[in-house]
Amino acid sequence: MKPLVQVEDLVQEFKVNQGFLDSFKWKDKKLVREKKAVHAVNKVSFDIYPGEAFSLVGESGCGKSTTAKTIIRLLNPVSGRIYYGGEDISRLKSEKMLPYRKKMQMIFQDPYASLDPQKTIKSIIMEPMLFHKVVANKKEAEEKCMELLKKVGLRPEQATRYPHQFSGGQRQRIGIARALAVEPEFIIADEPVSALDVSIQAQILNLMMDLKDEYGFSYLFIAHDLSVVRHISDRLGVMYLGTIVEMGTKRDVFEHVAHPYTKLLFSAVPTVGEEPIVPPMKMEGEIPNPVNLPQGCVFHDRCPYCKEICKTVRPDFKELEPGHQVACHLFA
Amino acid sequence: MQEKLLEVKNLRTYFHTFKGVVKAVDGISFSLGKGEILGIVGESGSGKSVTCFSILKLIEEPGKVQADEIWFQGKDITAASEKEMTKIRGKDISMVFQDPMTSLNPLYTIGKQIEEMLILHEPQMDKDQRKKRCIELLNAVGIPNAEQQLKAYPHQFSGGMRQRVVIAIALAANPKLIIADEPTTALDVTIQAQILKLMKKLVQERQASLILITHDLAVVSEMVDRVIVMYCGKIVEQGPVDKIINEPSHPYTIGLLDSIPRLRKEQDRLDFIPGMVPNMYDLPSGCLFAPRCKGCKDVCRNREPEMKTVGSNHSAACHFPRIDY
Repeated sequence: MKPLVQVEDLVQEFKVNQGFLDSFKWKDKKLVREKKAVHAVNKVSFDIYPGEAFSLVGESGCGKSTTAKTIIRLLNPVSGRIYYGGEDISRLKSEKMLPYRKKMQMIFQDPYASLDPQKTIKSIIMEPMLFHKVVANKKEAEEKCMELLKKVGLRPEQATRYPHQFSGGQRQRIGIARALAVEPEFIIADEPVSALDVSIQAQILNLMMDLKDEYGFSYLFIAHDLSVVRHISDRLGVMYLGTIVEMGTKRDVFEHVAHPYTKLLFSAVPTVGEEPIVPPMKMEGEIPNPVNLPQGCVFHDRCPYCKEICKTVRPDFKELEPGHQVACHLFA
Repeated sequence: MQEKLLEVKNLRTYFHTFKGVVKAVDGISFSLGKGEILGIVGESGSGKSVTCFSILKLIEEPGKVQADEIWFQGKDITAASEKEMTKIRGKDISMVFQDPMTSLNPLYTIGKQIEEMLILHEPQMDKDQRKKRCIELLNAVGIPNAEQQLKAYPHQFSGGMRQRVVIAIALAANPKLIIADEPTTALDVTIQAQILKLMKKLVQERQASLILITHDLAVVSEMVDRVIVMYCGKIVEQGPVDKIINEPSHPYTIGLLDSIPRLRKEQDRLDFIPGMVPNMYDLPSGCLFAPRCKGCKDVCRNREPEMKTVGSNHSAACHFPRIDY
């Protein structure tokens, strides 16, 4: 099967504002001008197949949301390629990008910030349909809107209300209905449940899984909660400081944890009356500053198994089993 | 029997607004032993934070706090004046808040902010003693090169480091009770694990008590001795942590536990609690959880359930609780 979305060596940087004089530095007895940048994403590659749910997991600042925003071209990549259905979309102009925007939709983290407070639910859901001409006229759009509302578990008579009249869980349902409005093939969900209470979180996750079974679209989930990831994804990539350190199917990663950072992440997750997957590990340090990336392996200064080579040479991906890749010198 | 540090009897905090009365906390009674770690769990709006603010009398208009009795260290503080409360806040009871960026003042150095606590509550200390104490505190919460960091400002720290500073401030006056309101919700998991471990260690070392307010049952199950589960301003279940996690009695607690996705189990669908938290202006009659409860019977819609003992130190407010096996 051919992948639906392919990401190859994606790089994303953000320039840091600094004074003119600050940008000069002494280096080898010479004055050189150095521009600082936050290296948010460094050579990330992965594929997402049709009908698959792929997750990117990591702590805040690891670049998972930036990767998602770059794939959907809300940000332009610094280098690297993004293929959608075999077509390179990484350099497309905005008007050429339009048909792809219809195929890719996004569900955002904060349901309080992602809905326009001045519009009714109906117009929020109808707007993308009319813009992308999924429907012939307004009447058809309205019918479809009611259908979608029922599908996500809201009542059609609520359509004329405004976002502030809904609770967080209901708003997230509206966000999902809006994403479904243009019949997308690929949905990016950026922490869709992290702002919700546990009992509501389960409802939304179930809804998202049901819709996937019904429509057969692909998901890219961005999440930090490992138990949520275990529940929703087929494959996952663990990100640290802008790079994927481990990638594989859910079973590979959850049952044969390989990379020390993945182990650390697993051992830190509090569990309810369950044996932890990984025994408690000594945990020290925090994520380094992405302005000055460490040399060698990005994780070496927090890694309990750090060797000499880790400090100087960046590890390549090594395949442990077919499809289960890990970037660590321990497995070289 | 453990010596009691705090005992609250029939605490009621009502907010009188134009739209009606919101009973944010309605008739709560609980006690806390010396050196005990108590967890208060509930979803947003269940009144867990208001409970703690009420004890400290930090509720502002239009809110009103009423209680039959609030005993702290053998003294009834129900009718304590603002002046008396100021002596208790920070000195005997201190708080750690959720968002470390908003609870630190961005205009003052870390050192100044810790020192302020000492100036207020340890007036006998001179400047050098205070500085020494600040360094000790920063070392205790695991901040490296404490002496230089005293001159740093909050924005120079990461979220986890800021929360360590907030904990240092909370510990400054050697309080008997620390109330931590969602202390790790804004932090990443690996940092959360560090901070929780640190708090537990420090509380045990200093023989202080801790009230941990959180929505995360997993955090509770790893941290606390006893749990109170709240729903819509009322306690629905309380008991020792292993009972609550392994043998919950109230259908709300059971539902909450079931809706957490498990790390080790392959599940197709998650169990969930149907519906949502009722509107606080318009609470249902009878049991507040009845509209969402799977085992709801007629009596539940008409009569409010009382707290029933279902095991040793374990009670639940339900007409048909699951009894301990």
